[in-house]
Amino acid sequence: MLKILYQIFRTGIVTEKLTPAEEATVTIAGANLEKEVERRFKRSIAIRLVDSGSCNGCEVEINAINNPIYNCERFGLSFTASPRFADMLLVTGPVSRNMELALKRTYEAMPSPKLVVAVGDCGYNGGIFGCSYASLGGVGKLLPVDAYIHGCPPSPSQVLNGILKAIKKI
Amino acid sequence: MNEKITNLLMYLISKNAVTMDGSINGAVACSVRSTLFAQVAKLLKGADFRLVAEWAADETFFDRGFAIYAAYNHETDYLIVKSELHFADSAFPTITKHFPSAYLLERKIESLMGLNPAGHPDLRPWIKHEDWPEDAYPLRKSFDANIKLPRTDGKYKWIKAEGEGVFEIPVGPVHAGIIEPGHFRFQAVGEDIINLEARLGYVHKGIEKRFEGMPWQDAVKLAGRVSGDSTVAHTAAFCIAAEEASGCTPPERAQFLRAIMIERERIANHLGDIGAICNDTAFALLNCQFSILKEKMLRTNQAIFGHRLMMDKIIPCGVSVDLPANGKEAILKEIEEIVPEFERLVRIYEDNPSVEDRVYGTGVLKPEIAKELGVLGFVARASGQATDARKQRPYPPYDRFISDISVLSSGDVHARAWVRIEEVRDSIRLIKEMLRELPDGPISLEWKKPLPGQSGFSAVEGWRGEIVYWVQCGPDGGINRCMVRDPSSMNWPAVELSIRGNIVPDFPLCNKSFNQSYSGHDL
Repeated sequence: MLKILYQIFRTGIVTEKLTPAEEATVTIAGANLEKEVERRFKRSIAIRLVDSGSCNGCEVEINAINNPIYNCERFGLSFTASPRFADMLLVTGPVSRNMELALKRTYEAMPSPKLVVAVGDCGYNGGIFGCSYASLGGVGKLLPVDAYIHGCPPSPSQVLNGILKAIKKI
Repeated sequence: MNEKITNLLMYLISKNAVTMDGSINGAVACSVRSTLFAQVAKLLKGADFRLVAEWAADETFFDRGFAIYAAYNHETDYLIVKSELHFADSAFPTITKHFPSAYLLERKIESLMGLNPAGHPDLRPWIKHEDWPEDAYPLRKSFDANIKLPRTDGKYKWIKAEGEGVFEIPVGPVHAGIIEPGHFRFQAVGEDIINLEARLGYVHKGIEKRFEGMPWQDAVKLAGRVSGDSTVAHTAAFCIAAEEASGCTPPERAQFLRAIMIERERIANHLGDIGAICNDTAFALLNCQFSILKEKMLRTNQAIFGHRLMMDKIIPCGVSVDLPANGKEAILKEIEEIVPEFERLVRIYEDNPSVEDRVYGTGVLKPEIAKELGVLGFVARASGQATDARKQRPYPPYDRFISDISVLSSGDVHARAWVRIEEVRDSIRLIKEMLRELPDGPISLEWKKPLPGQSGFSAVEGWRGEIVYWVQCGPDGGINRCMVRDPSSMNWPAVELSIRGNIVPDFPLCNKSFNQSYSGHDL
């Protein structure tokens, strides 16, 4: 127990200020939700992540925004296990044929109003996987995407900046 | 080549059953008649060989039919056995009865290439889900990759368990956490799991098909996105296979830098996963602490190599980025900072009874099952199997820097975590030694395409285990077929077996202790 306490105190608080230095490249696609978003999502937002065929690179970086250094919960962002509580659907990957149905169902299970944010270059246009028998070639082909966060994979601060941009917090 | 394999080959050649094949580079290769394919497997099984991979290629462009390949390993020898099938012949004898590890590989061959492994016990489609047209075989040359396939009605036949009080729990493909998708179906009585069946394929995005005809420089990038957390090892494996095929050797400095990046990738992933295992025992403190260390490593990667995950830094015949002037010092300084912190955290892990209670004796993969399934990487080493591609196929610079692999035999969650703790320590030692002897010189040479018909084989020890690539150059100088075998393909069946007899709430913990790739398996 003493070791644990010692470790906690010697680590202290490592959370860093989010610098706009690593500005995210974001394409805002949707406009109709703007008012609702400002009204409802200003304080806290629950996110459901669906990997629709990514290489796991984006997941590594999205996981990292939960670590003490980026600490996304200070902005009111939390990841939820169920789409029923989710305000935002965060999607990675080019939408594989085998995930198409599951992704659509997850979206439909979410209450309105809802936001869809696609993370990574392959969520934008299929990236290196392109468009093929097994890949739809972008989340926008299946769901109404509100914002795209570019990068392969985007860094944690880009992901964080991107999400905050999408909900008009910055 | 050792005596065992030489004698075996001499015997087969004398019987006129085998001819050597010079077009395959990177391993000893021979051709046999397809009727003898399974018999050779039986002989090799008897000689204590391990199945490395099994795959098929459509060789229409060489005016041949299909060919079926199997790669085996024994100590430091890799042997590839090839059988050409006659035109219009789409059946070959199964080797699953000799090597259970071929079970999923052959189901995949059947689903994607449409070749029938005659005698295979279970030919339910794999990767190709039930709503695919049955006669769509994406890896055949006659298949148009850009076609949009219709969805059909179909049903997947799950394994059933019956009896009083038996119930089923379906999980996935969308999971609770920030992880990849896959479907797991448990049969349980109360809390006790009596069987687990995994169905994967959800992230199949046609990678192997996409390789075909892709320019070599783009193909490297695709290899780096087979499994994003293991991008360095995958790119290295692809490049080594391509270099074997074309006969060019990267400069020494590039080989060292590749190895340093691979070891850094290993450490970063191990740090993150040891923390994640602790998180699944509800010990959040260690998860936070280990994730801070991982973040430090990724930032150093960004500062030195220009990318947090070091994507696209390895290119055919070299590397694309050299260590900056202060690179060596930066890495050594980081090691100085991370090591004492890491050791402090390991002591907290060891001394914590609530972690201990969850990780010991949970999710046991017995050594005999591990051997039979041919599992790889830290999963194998936690279950008594001393496999390590850095030793079995000591590609430079691992011929000079020998990994000191630790092997445990208890095969539980703790063993898998502990092997990874030991590997972090060993990788740090390797990086220090490599930096000390890092040679000067160029970091890349001019890349020459392989000659048509030539192919190359490689095996690289990534953090999950042995990654295997086989790249075949087509008549036009492009890629005719690129076979990818991530260690996950061999390890997923082990997850299913190790979970039996555990309780349902321990599944996330067990699964995390394996942490296999979905993308690397589904391709």
